[in-house]
Amino acid sequence: MQERVKAKAIELLESGACTRVLGWKAGEFFYDVTPAVFTSREEVERDFVFGPFCGANLSKYLIAESRKGGKVGAFLKPCDTYSFRQLQKEHRVLRENVYAVGVQCIGMCDIEAVKAAGMKGVVGAEERGEDLVVRTLYGERTMERRAALAERCQVCKSKKLLDCDERIGGQGEELSSARFDGVARLEAMTAEERFAFWRGELSRCIRCNACRNVCPACSCEKCVFDNPASGAENKAAADSFEENLFHIIRAFHVAGRCTDCGECSRVCPQHIPLHLLNRKFIKDINELYGGYQAGEDPETRPPLVDFRLDDPEPSVVHERGRKG
Amino acid sequence: MQKIGVFVCWCGSNIAATVDVQAVSDALAREPGVVFSTNYQYMCSQAGQEMIQSAIREHGLTGVVICSCSPRMHEATFRRACEKAGLNPYMVEIANIREQCSWIHKDKATGTEKAVILGRAAVAKVHLNAPLTAGQSPVTKRALVIGGGIAGIQTALDIAEAGFPVDIVEKKPTIGGKMTQLDKTFPTLDCAACILTPKMVDAAQHENINIISYAEVEEVKGFVGNFSVKIRKKARFVDEAKCTGCGLCTEKCPQKKVPNEFNLGLDQRRAIYIPFAQAVPKVAAIDPDYCTMLKTGKCGVCSKVCTAGAIDYKQQDEIIEREYGAIVAATGFEPISMEKFGEFAYAQSPDVVTSLEFERLMNAAGPTGGTLLRPSDGKHPHTLVFVQCVGSRCDGGEKGKPYCSKICCMYTAKHAMLTREKYPDTEVYVFYIDVRTPGKNFDEFYRRAVEDYGVHYVKGMVGKVSPENGKLKVQASDLLGGRQMHIEADMVILAAAIEPDRSARPLATMLTASMDTNDFFTEAHPKLRPVESPTAGVFLSGVCQGPKDIPETVAQAGAAAAKVIGLLARDYLTCNPCVAESSELMCNGCSACEKVCPYGAITYIDKEFRGPNRTTLVRRVAQVNPAVCQGCGACTVACPSGAMDLKGFSNAQILSEVDAICK
Repeated sequence: MQERVKAKAIELLESGACTRVLGWKAGEFFYDVTPAVFTSREEVERDFVFGPFCGANLSKYLIAESRKGGKVGAFLKPCDTYSFRQLQKEHRVLRENVYAVGVQCIGMCDIEAVKAAGMKGVVGAEERGEDLVVRTLYGERTMERRAALAERCQVCKSKKLLDCDERIGGQGEELSSARFDGVARLEAMTAEERFAFWRGELSRCIRCNACRNVCPACSCEKCVFDNPASGAENKAAADSFEENLFHIIRAFHVAGRCTDCGECSRVCPQHIPLHLLNRKFIKDINELYGGYQAGEDPETRPPLVDFRLDDPEPSVVHERGRKG
Repeated sequence: MQKIGVFVCWCGSNIAATVDVQAVSDALAREPGVVFSTNYQYMCSQAGQEMIQSAIREHGLTGVVICSCSPRMHEATFRRACEKAGLNPYMVEIANIREQCSWIHKDKATGTEKAVILGRAAVAKVHLNAPLTAGQSPVTKRALVIGGGIAGIQTALDIAEAGFPVDIVEKKPTIGGKMTQLDKTFPTLDCAACILTPKMVDAAQHENINIISYAEVEEVKGFVGNFSVKIRKKARFVDEAKCTGCGLCTEKCPQKKVPNEFNLGLDQRRAIYIPFAQAVPKVAAIDPDYCTMLKTGKCGVCSKVCTAGAIDYKQQDEIIEREYGAIVAATGFEPISMEKFGEFAYAQSPDVVTSLEFERLMNAAGPTGGTLLRPSDGKHPHTLVFVQCVGSRCDGGEKGKPYCSKICCMYTAKHAMLTREKYPDTEVYVFYIDVRTPGKNFDEFYRRAVEDYGVHYVKGMVGKVSPENGKLKVQASDLLGGRQMHIEADMVILAAAIEPDRSARPLATMLTASMDTNDFFTEAHPKLRPVESPTAGVFLSGVCQGPKDIPETVAQAGAAAAKVIGLLARDYLTCNPCVAESSELMCNGCSACEKVCPYGAITYIDKEFRGPNRTTLVRRVAQVNPAVCQGCGACTVACPSGAMDLKGFSNAQILSEVDAICK
């Protein structure tokens, strides 16, 4: 796959279809793959990576890239295309300046899962059929690829490539996913248990803002937490409890727009399961207003900014979407 | 820094009994920025207002906090008073220490503490208040009346008489409503048709009234003085302009088996029909559920017999869009379904009827031509049992309604009296919980039924009605006599509770008018503003606001008309200056605000901004049209960036109130 993607990147650049392409390159470590813009064949051949650790969602970078003039080629995995379309819905990405290449995906790996499987001194990895062959300082090891997948990929919601100018790999299907099981487990807790759970998780937050900065739904010109006029920016730093609320407020702000790409949890250096907050909202919205997937289509109004006469009344929300 | 004056009202003993007003004014005097703090028995009185005005002048106040009743009550009063003393009226904040404090607390210490907190929040808000200036918006001089019963007709006539055009939207093919189905009306026993049908004709012929029958309101946009309404006029498959109402088609139509809703299904009509002889407009309509032509494409009899060529099988629903300055809801009522009252055997026996069905059985234009006959065998009934409060005054509201339907005592007395008068050989029993007859000449009327007509009034409820051998066995208890009664009746008449028409709830949502738990429209004030909805420009007429009889309905209809006339007589309305405003620097152009705006006040433009290094950036940003914005604030909560803010209720103001409360 890596070769096909690279060849396409070179083709786009050399044919003049795009002035630059957005892809991935290795960071400090091989698994530390970061988004990058390539402008020449040489750069692509040298640095372009597409492999088991290309989890980064490139859609958000198109907000800026699509405004820089000229056409930008972008490689988007199925879940990235949901964000891509959602950002167009919010008028954030200028579609006409983007050449979108959908890249089919078999799930991205999580280095933590690899390490948890007992791999030490990992220096490289590649997919071989259903296996992940891991090169370590102590020789080559093999593990089941499924076990190395990131949580979000284990419960992948869709392999559909939306709104692409061209596809590499076939068109996929929506999958029936168990992604809400974790939320259901939290819902089954008592309020006190749940409170303790989140206090425990969120207490690790160091407010690095990585979750916000990577989130395709967090695309405000200026975040309310950075804006002195909002009155909120100092509040979040007032004490640790208020700081915990940063994540709750962020979840509210992206509710109905979050496509569940899972980038927030991927980038969290403290391994806080932030995606559970967003999924709770998605689950609630599905239950109250009928199934809704942000970014799925360009027209449908997000339920939270839409009103219909048969919507459940706010006062009966606790009846869990029982209508009429 | 603002110089704030605090004025704590006793509201007689309404506030002072549960709140230590002196302690409140003393505590608030110590708040930052407060330079003057006092309390007085009636702040809204002239003396109270003068106290505020002189304090503004003496202390040079820049902001005023009044701790009193709800702002719904007197905010306008105090704003006016302060404006007269030279203060911008939007520098006044009300802390509601009556409805939200003294009325709900019993303990004075608790009440006082809460009043101080509420006052402190208002002070915190005033610190961030800015003077606002109101604009003006023009008034569309046309009214919409929704519902063409006696309430709607009367309201429309009164508005039209004052010289303003009115549209009546009626969902049935004719106006007239429930009153057309009544036989005689209490307490004078004049015939309903005789007093109603001339009014229907008046409405139809009035140059200022336009009747849109067989139509329903589909969408309401806009605000007081400037409503834009979409009305769906259903296809009646008959050209209203051509139909002469001769009725030939309704005689020739071969489809004879359609339940006649005007007679509540007691007899049948044709698939093409005119609801009743005095219908207005007197135009036929085809019932698409039964018409053979519309269902199978084979028939066309009506079209052949119609000399006017009015039949049009291809007619489509029509959407009418019009602008109105005021809207009157007059959606009326329906009797509740008897489904849940199995004990009265309504479903088992045709001789158990509701009171409205009984009206039709007594009516000269009804299915029996006005002779009282049992629906089952067409024989003359000898023993009649009336059951009152069927579904009214039900505890818990599981089966029926918690409220009194108000009209049943009187119409049951009427039915009993008329039965005894026309058929002296009958025995008539009325079972009641209480007989409620307040109203002019009402109690006299009821006493006549008992004393002059010999109706057996029994305090107690009927427990069970069972049909046996063509009779109805009625088991009941006589509470005053302390005995069980067993009556072999020929007919049982149920005084079914009334409930708001089902169209009222979706209409209320469209109008953003509030409703109570029983789906009756809520008044702006239950005593002082009984015909206005809390939504400006929406008025209430008739039973949609609460159960009432015809005289009350007509009185209320006139009152609603007076309010509409008062509104339409004005050329301009003062706008609310508390409108939304978008900060272009923060707006990211996502359109969330535009999607939630119920008034269409938000548009987007591509605007050039100066970027770094002498570059120009084009960004999509929201713009609010302040003349259209009604300040509902939906956009401010939808905006993820906090770019949208509401003047007078800014995010910062609300946060500072919360901070003050939590301090």
